[in-house]
Amino acid sequence: MSADRAGRAARAWGRVPPGARIAAGVIALFVLGALLAPWLTRYEPWQQLDIVRLQSRPPSWAHPFGTDRYSRDVLTRILFGARVSLSIATLAVLVSSTVGTLYGALAGYAGGAVDAVMMRVIDAMLSVPRVLMLIAVLALWSPVPVTALVLLIGLTGWFDVARLVRGQALALRQREFVVAARSLGASPGAIVWRHIIPNVLSPVIVAGALAVGNVIILEAGLSFLGIGVHEPMASWGTMFQDATVQFVSTWWAVIFPGIAIVATVLAFNALGDALRDVLDPRQLPGHPALDPQEPAHG
Amino acid sequence: MTTPTRTAAAPLLEVRDLTKHFPRRRALFGPPPTPVRAVDGVSFVIMPGETLGLVGESGCGKTTTGRAILRLVEPTSGSVRFDGHDVLALRGADLRRLRRHMQIVFQDPFSSLNPRMTIGAIVREGLTIHRLAEGDAADRRVKQLLDEVGLRPEYASRYPHEFSGGQRQRVGIARALSVEPSFIVCDEPVSALDVSVQAQVINLLADLRRDRGLAYLFIAHDLAVVEHIADRVAVMYLGHIVELATSRDLYREPLMPYTQALLSAVPVPDPTASRERIILQGDVPSPANPPHGCVFHPRCQHPARDMACTRLVPPLEEKAPGHFVACIKQTPTTVSWAQQQDVGATHPPERYLPVAALHTTSRRPTPP
Amino acid sequence: MAEPLLAIENLRTYFHTTAGVARAVDGLSLAVAPGETVGIVGESGCGKSVTALSILRLIAPPGRIESGSHIRFEGRDLLALDDRGMRAIRGNRIAMVFQEPMTALNPVFTVGDQVAEVARIHAGASRAAAWTQAVAMLDRVGIPAPDERAHEYPHQLSGGMRQRVMIAMALMMKPALLIADEPTTALDVTIQAQILELLAELQTQYGMSVLLITHDFGVVAETASRVVVMYGGEAVEQAPVSALFAHPHHPYTRGLLAAMPRLGAGRDRLQTIPGTVPAPTDWPAGCRFRDRCASAWDRCEREHPPLYELSAVQVSRCHLAAEPGRRAAGDAAPAHRVTA
Repeated sequence: MSADRAGRAARAWGRVPPGARIAAGVIALFVLGALLAPWLTRYEPWQQLDIVRLQSRPPSWAHPFGTDRYSRDVLTRILFGARVSLSIATLAVLVSSTVGTLYGALAGYAGGAVDAVMMRVIDAMLSVPRVLMLIAVLALWSPVPVTALVLLIGLTGWFDVARLVRGQALALRQREFVVAARSLGASPGAIVWRHIIPNVLSPVIVAGALAVGNVIILEAGLSFLGIGVHEPMASWGTMFQDATVQFVSTWWAVIFPGIAIVATVLAFNALGDALRDVLDPRQLPGHPALDPQEPAHG
Repeated sequence: MTTPTRTAAAPLLEVRDLTKHFPRRRALFGPPPTPVRAVDGVSFVIMPGETLGLVGESGCGKTTTGRAILRLVEPTSGSVRFDGHDVLALRGADLRRLRRHMQIVFQDPFSSLNPRMTIGAIVREGLTIHRLAEGDAADRRVKQLLDEVGLRPEYASRYPHEFSGGQRQRVGIARALSVEPSFIVCDEPVSALDVSVQAQVINLLADLRRDRGLAYLFIAHDLAVVEHIADRVAVMYLGHIVELATSRDLYREPLMPYTQALLSAVPVPDPTASRERIILQGDVPSPANPPHGCVFHPRCQHPARDMACTRLVPPLEEKAPGHFVACIKQTPTTVSWAQQQDVGATHPPERYLPVAALHTTSRRPTPP
Repeated sequence: MAEPLLAIENLRTYFHTTAGVARAVDGLSLAVAPGETVGIVGESGCGKSVTALSILRLIAPPGRIESGSHIRFEGRDLLALDDRGMRAIRGNRIAMVFQEPMTALNPVFTVGDQVAEVARIHAGASRAAAWTQAVAMLDRVGIPAPDERAHEYPHQLSGGMRQRVMIAMALMMKPALLIADEPTTALDVTIQAQILELLAELQTQYGMSVLLITHDFGVVAETASRVVVMYGGEAVEQAPVSALFAHPHHPYTRGLLAAMPRLGAGRDRLQTIPGTVPAPTDWPAGCRFRDRCASAWDRCEREHPPLYELSAVQVSRCHLAAEPGRRAAGDAAPAHRVTA
């Protein structure tokens, strides 16, 4: 029934407030920019153009966002930087969401002593401040390959998701359709996979959207400090690092990456909020007058 | 206590002295709180193809009984034998295998279906778990089941929220049937439905019973519904079965004072009927603190109620063929007058059957 | 009838949702005389609860009471009142009791406080005076040891007790009209009997009118003097209670009566009404019940039936009133008729 699905999707889109649609648009813009970067620009992100004449030039027709102090085109670096920042953020959040969801679902469904122990482990891990620990590890181990960076960020960020999912799983255990699955003879693993996890995804997706924004900032911060992404790979954070030295005189090299970060993070936050509204009401039995398929009690 | 049994043919389900106590959390100080005695020594038997109705009001323990039999809630003590197997002794995969044969239909059509699964997937789950069918064969079976419960097979790809309460209930029934059980616990299956939809689902359950030879434990608080579908009925109060009889006998001659009050409380859709009512005083006591002796005595209206009722726990005894009642004051009784006097009885047992409790005397259904 | 206490005329309450306009109540007219109990019977989606909320103007956007609707209470047009005027009516002249006492009571205040609050708001009573009245009211509704119970919180009381508290709150100001929306549906049958008896007593004592909304014909038979059967946002039949049960006219009424399992009626297959209630965004053209009616013919699709007058006191929204010969043989007569 794909016509059905299309209809439902269209109605869901209709429920999204205009602010959130703008947010989705902004994100789409950046994603497209990131994907099409090689075709959108003439230069390479690491390409040092004329060192003498094109160093730290303000915005012009040839270079809409100007050039930085290594005479690299800022616009190009922003587009390619989008690739780096967005992919690191989404992959890291994917890692943390997956690990957190599995851990939390198992803990919540198991309940009792198992759950207690698993939660205490999380408490222990949470007592170590994430950013400081990342800084310490990355500084010691630098330069760090990007995969390792993604994994490190991801594997230090799953605790909140796990807590969230575990709370949901605890509640879901009592829901009748889970009891029904037990009565059919489903094994605990099958129940967690088929019944618990699909029903905890909504808050996880919402939390994930918000987390992407956080990780973008985190990665930018780490790169700014020099321990995240390394030269000559462009990320919005490294662009900051380069440009802050001469911030006042080459404001374009700082402002534009800054705007990119702010816009993207705001957009993801707005998206997260919108997703929360769009995803949740579907679960609730509707008001009888509004949702005529749901008979009221009695 | 004589346990109600039927001769000839082996029972499908035998429940003896089933008990479920829920422990309560202790406060920081003070004595440990008494547990909630949800089910307190319940015994009955269900023959293959038979429907036993289990009625009572909230807190009487009927839902807990149904779930305890299926071990969806672990009984505290007692025994449950299904088709000769000791249900309470099974573990893990063995228990899951037995689950095929004992199924359940839930009360709430909204929460008993996974909102993220299509109804086809919901009905199919049982087939997958017990490897009864795979792939296309499974698809066909799902469509057959949907058809059997009165839903169009195309609905298989839709989600629960697209359906009404009655339709969802049918999905729940199809799910229960998918594993070919011989026994289904129907836990208030129509209480959340409108009257006209109720009738459809009740008829469906009756048809399925006839076509598949199913036995039901039909749990409900609506006495009219239970009378309609059950062969025998057990009345529960505060975790005990207080009366057990055939449907006909129970409604024509309720002998337990609680049953009498229950029947008289049902509003009759006939404005010309003058109904005397037995109005029970007060609320149902908490199952964490049941009264001593007969659990019903504080609200009982039997004229012979006295001290003995607070001291003696009435046995469930056979006062008429196939009709079991737990009341020491309702004749006949095996608890002798001497025994009762020993604990302070002042009123001898007598037969008490108020008119207010009867619904079948002055009414004759007229043919349409 | 003499000047009715409440006169609803052509009430239309529509919900303007993204999924379409849900015509929850679509042209309902009914009247309640002083001291009378009127029962509104119907199943989910018929608009009975929305009707109750509309009277008290508790309909929130995207719901709206459409123009052309009239609700007159004690001679005044309720729909013309401003917020202050309406607030002076709610809880004071018209009170409402809801189905789920647990959700209708505030869990963080004691029941005494909640009952007393009514007096404080509407009569400007002092805390002490209001509390005394509240305890007296709790006693009047049959709560044992009311001075102690008044200090308890809703979760500490049983369902029956909570419903009594709601009734106490509703009756504090001795309203002229009590709207009870399925007041006993969530309660056990023995408690239901107690509550219905209490309502009957209080009604006689206070001389108030009651608009009782329910899906249970048994409750209606015992408590109401007149009945309105609703389907599809409209009244499909109205009659005094004895007339309705003795000779129901509308096929929906008859179908409902036949579909109810009754005590003592034996174990024959229940009559059912085929099909399901249509969505309020999509009422069928013509008669809204025709898709489920055994007697329907082409007129039913073309022409939306008006309320035909069967007698001075009984009306039915069905073309069978004009063409009785068309009634199908399968149209169930209720299986339950008193021979006496």
